[in-house]
Order: sequence, then C-alpha cells, then structure tokens
Amino acid sequence: MLEVKNLSVSIHGKPILDGLDLVVETGQVAAIMGPNGSGKSTLSYVIAGKPDYEVTGGDVLLDGVSLLDLPPNERANKGVFLAFQYPIEIPGVATMTFLKAALNAQRRSRGEADLTTPDFLRAVRASAATLKIDFDMLKRPVNVGFSGGEKKRAEVLQMSLLAPRIGILDETDSGLDIDALRICAEGVNALRGPERSFLVITHYQRLLDYIKPDVVHVMAKGKIVKTGGPELALELERNGYRDYADVAA
Amino acid sequence: MTLHRPIIKTAAETGLAEQFAKLVGPGAERAAAFAAFAEVGLPTRRNEAWHYTDLRSAMAVAAPLAPAPDAGRIEAARELLALRPKIGDVRLVMLDGRYVESLSDSAPVGLRASVLEGAPTTGPSDAIVALNTAFAQTGLKLEIAEGAQLAPRIEIAHILGAPISQSVYSRVEISLGVGARAGFCEVFAGAGAETQRNALVKLTLGAGAQGSLTSVIDDFAGLHLESQIADLGADAEFSAFALVAGGALVRRQLFVGHQAPGAKIALGGLSLLDGQRRADTTLEVTHGAPNGQSREYYKHIVADEAQGIYQGKVIVKPYAQKTDGGMKSQAILLSPTASMNNKPELEIFADDVVCGHGATVGALDPEQVFYLEARGIARTEAEAMLLEAFGADAIDRVEDETVAEYLRERMRAWLAARS
Repeated sequence: MLEVKNLSVSIHGKPILDGLDLVVETGQVAAIMGPNGSGKSTLSYVIAGKPDYEVTGGDVLLDGVSLLDLPPNERANKGVFLAFQYPIEIPGVATMTFLKAALNAQRRSRGEADLTTPDFLRAVRASAATLKIDFDMLKRPVNVGFSGGEKKRAEVLQMSLLAPRIGILDETDSGLDIDALRICAEGVNALRGPERSFLVITHYQRLLDYIKPDVVHVMAKGKIVKTGGPELALELERNGYRDYADVAA
Repeated sequence: MTLHRPIIKTAAETGLAEQFAKLVGPGAERAAAFAAFAEVGLPTRRNEAWHYTDLRSAMAVAAPLAPAPDAGRIEAARELLALRPKIGDVRLVMLDGRYVESLSDSAPVGLRASVLEGAPTTGPSDAIVALNTAFAQTGLKLEIAEGAQLAPRIEIAHILGAPISQSVYSRVEISLGVGARAGFCEVFAGAGAETQRNALVKLTLGAGAQGSLTSVIDDFAGLHLESQIADLGADAEFSAFALVAGGALVRRQLFVGHQAPGAKIALGGLSLLDGQRRADTTLEVTHGAPNGQSREYYKHIVADEAQGIYQGKVIVKPYAQKTDGGMKSQAILLSPTASMNNKPELEIFADDVVCGHGATVGALDPEQVFYLEARGIARTEAEAMLLEAFGADAIDRVEDETVAEYLRERMRAWLAARS
C-alpha cells in the first residue's frame, strides 16, 4: 500500500505539491488525471526519489515504511518502479548489462544470490516475447536508437522483470500509437495482481480504456481535488478540467 | 626552446649538471644534448608547450641516477615480473631504464632486438628529449625486417628494481621496414613517489608499414616524463593509444609526423585521474606531405583535486594538400575541485584541407544517474557504469581486442577502487 500524507514539495523555491493526500491500496489500480502543470510528474518523481525536489512537509510510505529518507535505489529495491515519461538514453551501456545490474541489485538487497546468466536470459526472453520486443533491440545501448514506442515497451519490460510492489506509469501513453499503446497496456495488465498496485498518470481517458482503473483521482494545483470511479475519467474527457481549475485555489 | 636562460639554476637543474659532469665519457652527442638543455633549463609555464605544467617548480630535486642493475636487482625483478600478467606474446624488459636481455623473451622471427649502444639519435628540440639523449644508457633497439608481418605482440615492460628516490632514463628505438607490420605495448610500472622517469620511444615506419603502440602508465606514483616520436613513410599507418592509470605527475609528449604522402595517424588515450594527480598529454602532429590523415581522440576522467591537460597541435605544411585531420578531447569532472585544460591548435598553411577539432568538459549526466538509480542500482555503481561507458568509447578504438580488453579491465579496477 502506498500512502502519500499531506505532501508538500517545492522546486527551486516554487511550491508544486500542496498538502497532497493519496492512498493506493495493495492490488489497486489508481489513475491520476489532471491538467498540465498540476504536479502529476512531480509526484511521481518525488515518490521515486529524484533529487532537486525539496519536500517541505508530509510523508510518503510504502507498506508502512517512509521512503523519503531513502536513496532512489533503495526505494526501487523496496518495490517502487517509475516508468519514465521520457526514458533516458544511455550510450555505451548495453541494455542487457543494465537489466542484469538492476535485477541483481534488487536480489542482493533481499539477500539473494545473483542470477545465473541462463536464468537471466530466460527471464528476459520471456518478458520480451510478451511485449513483442525484438531480442536484438536489447543488444543495443539503453534506449539508444529506440523509437518512442520501443522506449515505452522497454520500460514495461523492466517493470515486468523487477516485479515491483507499485508501478508508477508517468504518461506512458504519450508518444504512442494505438498499437504500441495496446501492447504496453497488455503488458501492464499482465502484471496486475492482488500484491501489486499501480498509479497511472495520464492526461487522457484513452489509456484508461486499456488499463481499467479501480479509482480515478483528479489533481489540480498540487493536490487531489476529486476522487471517483472510472466514470470520472469519462466525465473529464467530456468536460475537460475547467470545473477543477479553481477548486484548489 | 626559445626561452631565455634562467638566471638562477634550481636545485634540480644544478643536480642534473652535477650528474652529467660525473658521466664517464659521454661523447659529443650527449654533451651537445646536455648543453642544449642547460641553455634553457627545465620548462616553465612561459614555454607555450608547457603552459599548464610547470616542471621547473614541480621538480624540486634531481633524483640520483639509477645504477645499472646488479644480479640482486635482476633476480628481484624476475619475481616482480612473474606477478604481472603479460600483455604481449613476447616480453622485453627494461629494468631501471636499461634493456636486460636475461629477463627478456627471445625475439620472434622477423624481429631483431639488440642493445642500443652509443649515444641515441637526437629528437625534436625539447628540454625533456635533450635530457633523455644526455642520460639514457643501454637502450633497446628493435628492427622489423622489410615486409615482415609480426604476429606476436611485443611488450616492452619498463619496471623498477625499487620504488626509491632515483631517476630512470630509458630509450627505445623501433624501426619497421618497408611494408612491415607489428604491434607493441609499453607498460610502465613499479615507480614510487620519489621516482623520476624520463622515457623516450622513437618509431620509424618505412613506406607502407603499419605499426601500433599501446602505452600503459601504471606506476604507483612519481614523476613520469615520456616522449613518443614517430616518423611515417609514404602510405604508412601508425596508431598509438595510452592509458594513464598511475603516476603523480605525468607528462606525455608526442611528436608524430610524415614527410612522405599518404600517411595515416591515429592517436588516442584515456587518463584516469584522482587525488592530486596530474596528467598532461601534449602532442604535435605534422603533416609534411599531401594526402595525410590524422585522428586524435583523448578522454579524461578527473576526480578529487586532480588535473587533466590536453594540448593538441596539428600542423599542415604548405604542400600538404588534401590533409584530413580530426581532433576530439572529452573530459568528465567528478568533483568541483577537479580540473581539465583543453588546448587544441591547428596551424594550417595549405589551402585544400579538411581539419576540425572539438573539446568538451562536463559532469556525469544527473538524468542518466537517476535513471539507473531508479532501477535499484546504487549511485556509486551507476556512476561506475556511466564512466566505464565513457572510457570504453576511447578504448574501443584500439584494434587489438586482447589489448583493448586488458585496458578495459585496468579501467574497471580503477573505477572499482574509487567507489
């Protein structure tokens, strides 16, 4: 279970999140929708531990443990996974080397032995096949020369290998055509289960046609201003965010 | 060497003069070389080629000249060598600056290895080269016969009997006959904080010859002065790479040129600097004939309070038309107190040439670091992965994969020791 309690965050002195409260129950898929600049991406980065954000109040807990004092890698190893809106290209680091380092870091944090190479390859091949990822693509450096769709599929591949407690999808639909969107969504849906939560951040209802949320939150001006069922997303699609423009003010 | 004579000699300069005066029968060439040095003294910042390395103030004393190794030192060296993995198929040993045949493997067919007797041939007009000419004894001469395609890689191991206060001058002269082909590695190891090295290697490549030279500076500490001189014949190809992983003050100077058309030159290096170490790579590439090609690709990883220096000068003579030159220097600084100086220079006197240069200095990309961390990889490991990728990009240009892997392994060890 992820709990965000009265979280306030600034960047370079400018407040972005303003006493935000949010609970994502274990096994739940929660969507956060909101206009540009409402703080959605900031929320995802702060949960994952990106530097440069100043937490001025509140707390973030995963399964009852506060994350805020932990470095990003320890948060990841406790089960936080952020699928980046813009996955970073890393020339010179082979994707397979990267995946293996990530998996082994997680295993070591649990006191487990490193994966053997055959076991590792088997795991990657299985996930890659599900996501229709060409294995040759994984021989390239991390995200280098990947199309927009390939990058997002590679994010979902990483998530399936790392099997997090909570997957945060930061506008995973941006830059995807319908086919790529469906493949990514199917990948995410395959990971749904009673032990795993998702926080799906998006501007548009479209993604939620494929990843059906249990609950929809509306975010405006740094806080959650409305919470409802999946029908709330449809309502937003019809009316836009104008109803919420002044709620938080 | 256009400087004025220093008015007051430093302790080191006085010491060098005393050492030279004690040499038995130095001969006219050595005397002329020392006189040329004495004329200008140790280089200072006022000398443009030494703009970032003030050797005169860095070198407090002239360490005593290393004596010719005795039986005890040779035996000790044998044990030391047994512990060091070979890079080459054939290892030739320079102990305390002198070629020691009894420690060396026998030369393969096509290679003639012998003691370089008498005064070494003179080199470019430079104080450090002049000192080497004045002091180097019992050098190594390697001759590759015309047309010989030397399959075994030749390692020249420069080791020291003891990491004590001593100065070590070494001279290696390599000639590749017309159409010959050979690959060499020079490894420098064993120096201590008070060791002063002055190493010189001179390569002469005949027409169509292909030579490669990889240098590994792996000393624990000390002053490392190194001159690399290469002269290429028509259509000859020369590639050189240097990994600077050790030494406290390293100055590498390369003088590479061709006076016949069609030569190809590829120079590169990776310097790994931490603590208060400093490495200065200064090169001068001279295209003296048409249709030459040169590439320089140098990278520095600079941590703590270390300093990296790269000065690259490419000279294109008036008749060296159709020269194709490209120079690149990239550095990553890992701390606010680390520094890097880049000085690319092009002196082009021909009108039909393509020459370019680029230099970058920056920090690790925080977005890349965070991306790796967000996947569970600890910060130090994430940084090491990114630095390894940065350094490997330079090493990847070494064609001999065995050598490249040796260099990568050394780089990984350096990165692991840092974190």
